[in-house]
Amino acid sequence: MATLEIENLQADVGEEGGETILRGVDLTVDSGEIHALMGPNGSGKSTLGKVIAGHPAYDVTGGSVTLRLDGNEFGEEIPEDMQEWDLLDLEPNERAALGIFLGFQYPVEIEGVTMVNFLRTALNTKLEEREELFEEEEAEAEAEDEEEAEGYESSPMEGPADEGEIGVAEFQQILQEKMELLDMDESFASRYLNVGFSGGEKKQNEVLQAAILEPEIAVLDEIDSGLDIDRLQDVSDGINALRDEEGAGILQITHYQRILDYVEPDHVHVMLDGEIAKSGDADLAEQLEDEGYDWVREEVYEAA
Amino acid sequence: MSSEEIQETDTEARFEFKKEESSAFQTEKGLTEETIRVISEDKNEPEWMLERRLRALRLFQEMPMPTDWPGQPDLSEVDVDEIVPYIRPDIEARGGADNWEDLPDEIQDTFDKLGIPEAEKQALSGVGAQYESEIVYQNMKEQWEDKGVVFMDMDRAVQEHPDVLREHFMTSCVPPSDNKFAALHGAIWSGGSFVYVPEDTTVEMPVQAYFRMNSEGMGQFEHTLIIAEDNAEVHYIEGCSAPKYSEFNLHSGGVEVFVGENAHVQYSTVQNWSRNTYNLNTKRAICEADGTMEWVSGSMGSKATMLYPSTVLKGPGATDNHITIAFAGEGQDIDTGAKVYHNAPDTKSTIESKSISKDGGRTNYRGLVHIADGAENSSTAVECDALMFDNDSTSDTMPYMEIQESQVDVAHEATVGKIGDEDVFYLQSRGLDDDDAKQMIVAGFIEPITEELPIEYAVELNRLIELEMEGSLG
Repeated sequence: MATLEIENLQADVGEEGGETILRGVDLTVDSGEIHALMGPNGSGKSTLGKVIAGHPAYDVTGGSVTLRLDGNEFGEEIPEDMQEWDLLDLEPNERAALGIFLGFQYPVEIEGVTMVNFLRTALNTKLEEREELFEEEEAEAEAEDEEEAEGYESSPMEGPADEGEIGVAEFQQILQEKMELLDMDESFASRYLNVGFSGGEKKQNEVLQAAILEPEIAVLDEIDSGLDIDRLQDVSDGINALRDEEGAGILQITHYQRILDYVEPDHVHVMLDGEIAKSGDADLAEQLEDEGYDWVREEVYEAA
Repeated sequence: MSSEEIQETDTEARFEFKKEESSAFQTEKGLTEETIRVISEDKNEPEWMLERRLRALRLFQEMPMPTDWPGQPDLSEVDVDEIVPYIRPDIEARGGADNWEDLPDEIQDTFDKLGIPEAEKQALSGVGAQYESEIVYQNMKEQWEDKGVVFMDMDRAVQEHPDVLREHFMTSCVPPSDNKFAALHGAIWSGGSFVYVPEDTTVEMPVQAYFRMNSEGMGQFEHTLIIAEDNAEVHYIEGCSAPKYSEFNLHSGGVEVFVGENAHVQYSTVQNWSRNTYNLNTKRAICEADGTMEWVSGSMGSKATMLYPSTVLKGPGATDNHITIAFAGEGQDIDTGAKVYHNAPDTKSTIESKSISKDGGRTNYRGLVHIADGAENSSTAVECDALMFDNDSTSDTMPYMEIQESQVDVAHEATVGKIGDEDVFYLQSRGLDDDDAKQMIVAGFIEPITEELPIEYAVELNRLIELEMEGSLG
């Protein structure tokens, strides 16, 4: 179990005179919960996702993002002083190692890197990084020194030097299972990362990556945009499996009720002008679908 | 000194004697006819080869240093006179270090990081004893000999295949008059390899193992001559990613390839020169009707590199493919490219160039595609992609086209970009740290090259680039 706790989070675009986007966001997502985050364009939904993951384009000017872990996590005892992590202090890859996942609205294309190579590297690196984070600081420094001194252990003639924790064969099996779950064709594994993928395939691929990396909390940014109905079903199955089988907490950013019919949210939040303006249950999403956001805005301004 | 005396003494004694006798030329500065005669005599070369060397020397002395190419690397520090002690067999000081321990630390370090076995390290770096996998080589040699394939070092080829060499050695393909450094090469070349593949013969295994392990093949002025007769097929691989160190800072190799009708030659090279080296080479292929020439080159290391493998598509239906990659780090100027001459109808060429620059390094693609009048229905496609790591680094593209025929298909694409922050963040959000993310992007960027190379070269090239990117190479 883990909890992502966002308190009074404020952030600007990271340049001189950068616009303020987040103006005090409060939001808590627990493992096993599905939250839908809705709101008009430009309200700060995507920025919130990026700031949680550590995107360098934004400066956090106030507030906190904290990840709380249980005493027993990742199949290990977690000592008390390592259960609480200030994510804003950590690099994006360290946040990933602790179980934060961001599904991109616009996944990038990386030429020449096959899916299978990328995913196995990511999984192994994540496991390694996590181990390092939980080691005492001193031990960590030592381990790094050692690594550097060693260089490569084998001759290039003898094949790859570093197999990582999950070997090629084992990984193939994991990948195959997850791809079946998402109804993805086997040929995806040997394609270059997102290169030439259709919009829908890219979104499917984001969910596949989440399924493989098994995050504690997954932020999925408009995972439903550009999906036809069949693929919407596959992607939804994938998201539900993340929650049901892996116990992940989901923060789903969306404009449409449509996906919420398949992935039923426990909580729905409306973001307006960089703040959570209103929260409710699944009914709220339906009301938004029917009536738009204006009534929420009116309600908020009346209250103020 | 009479010639009889020479025959009676062994080589070493002969030069001992010479050294004592003529202190005059030890003090004599510069590359002279005398030096060339000593080299040729030491190799026991026939008169015609000596004549060619001397003619090349005269051309070298006449030709001006190239200084007026737009944006060319600065060659003002190349002092050819300093070369003499390294090429005269009668002078003790040689290019390499005598002991592994004498090599600069950064070179030793790179070998360690590349994970190259000890014995091989010593040979590859140019230290002392040769390391050869005798058994492997012997097996390959027998297989080849049965087919009539010749594969030997150039010095021996001059002795054993004089007719073929007289016809092909620096005549129609790379004459010494081609450029100043081709002329220099013609005068002082030494070592390299000669490959002859008879008609209708395919050399199954890439011809590489021997030269990977034999330092003879990788000198500073090595000459490679490849002749593939009609319908022959060969993949030749030269060099390796291990850094090649020499105190003298010029590498000037020559490569000549003759591709017969419907023959297929692939020439792949990955070279990594130490950071003090000027790498100035001339490589050219002549391709007959329906023949195919493929160049795959990785240019790493060096202070400055100027390298533009060229292909003359002489016969109708001939094809040329170029794939090149260049990496420039701090203080490096890597000027590479390709040249293709379409001199017959229905000829095709593709050029794919990738370059990476980092920490203020500069890469430049300099290419020429010439389509002659009458070479109708020819096509060419040129693609240059440059990846820069930071704002201090530079990348230029100079793709010249000379099109004299109207019935042709010409395509050119160039992309120059900084490594994408969004790409790096995407990979970071999946667990890779900043360095690993960039390494993965670069490995993907050069994938078209690495997939052309045998696996162990591809692995080494990737490791080398990883090391370059960490900035942990000297």
